Amino acid sequence: MMFLAATAALVVTVLLALVRAFLGPTVYDRVLGVNTIGTMTVLLIAAVGFLMGRPEFLDIALVYALINFIGTVAVLRYIKRGRAQDAGEAP
Amino acid sequence: MILDILSWISIGVGIFFVMAGGLGLIRLPDLFTRLHAASVADTAGAGFMLLGFMLQAGLSLVTLKLVLILVFLVFTTPTAAHALAHAALLGGVRPWTRKPKDPAP
Amino acid sequence: MRHALSLFAVLYGLWLALSGHYTPFLLAIGAVCAAFAVAVAVRMDVVDREGHPIHLGYRVPLYWGWLAVQILVSSVRVSRIVLSPRPAIDPVLETVPASQRSDLGRVIFANSITLTPGTLSTSVEAHGVEVHALTRRGMEELKSGDMDRRVSAVEGEP
Repeated sequence: MMFLAATAALVVTVLLALVRAFLGPTVYDRVLGVNTIGTMTVLLIAAVGFLMGRPEFLDIALVYALINFIGTVAVLRYIKRGRAQDAGEAP
Repeated sequence: MILDILSWISIGVGIFFVMAGGLGLIRLPDLFTRLHAASVADTAGAGFMLLGFMLQAGLSLVTLKLVLILVFLVFTTPTAAHALAHAALLGGVRPWTRKPKDPAP
Repeated sequence: MRHALSLFAVLYGLWLALSGHYTPFLLAIGAVCAAFAVAVAVRMDVVDREGHPIHLGYRVPLYWGWLAVQILVSSVRVSRIVLSPRPAIDPVLETVPASQRSDLGRVIFANSITLTPGTLSTSVEAHGVEVHALTRRGMEELKSGDMDRRVSAVEGEP
């Protein structure tokens, strides 16, 4: 019962973050929305694993937590490089 | 039984913080204030929810994995948030401030 | 050497925790993999006090306990601001002095600031951390220097 409530709350939060990612207005707001979706997805995978009685899902959640961080930093570096080159600075 | 109740309370508190963070992501006026809301969902929300799952799982490898997830999240989310704020400031985003004429709340 | 051994212990512990199968063959493979990862890390010269800070010792869990309470308190505060009909926010961007003597100490300080909802480090300099705070009150609490002193105590002798 409690896992169902947790899953529902996480889905709602993912939708809210998705709205923020769509609205922007800056590219950083979108990255923030996607990053929050990532963290919530980690919790969602864990909650769904408990809901379905399959704790093996936690391994996937663990890997997703790491990939999410690397993905966010990679996107930020990509944005920064693009801007830095426009301004004629060394990367 | 007591553990069950404790874990329900913990998951409930986690749900509250996660929803508050998501709501703040929509309501607050600029990137930096939204980052504060997101950090509520990322630290307090995730922490309480995972604590609730741990109490459900009892002493086992599952709990150890939940602890590992929490440790990874605690190490990575502030780094990602700092990188985001730093990049935004370098990229020319100016923080929203209360107008001097506005009466203080 | 001490750092390499401790890194091996951490990696092998991770292998044991994630594997869940304890046959002699898999245990041996795990030891080989962990040893190989440590060897690569030593060759890359990243196994030192900064990359693997075991010298902080027992002070770190105590600090984490204090930090968890701080996170809870400020999470409640930020949630109340978000849920109020008219968000009472007054964001400020200022530099907070940092008294840590090593890069590691400053990183712990800046990450603690970011981890606490309501304050966010935006830039780390030699003698201070630039902080964005959601309310003026949060900034003043940070400037009172309690967290700064505690991080310096955790850091110990450089």
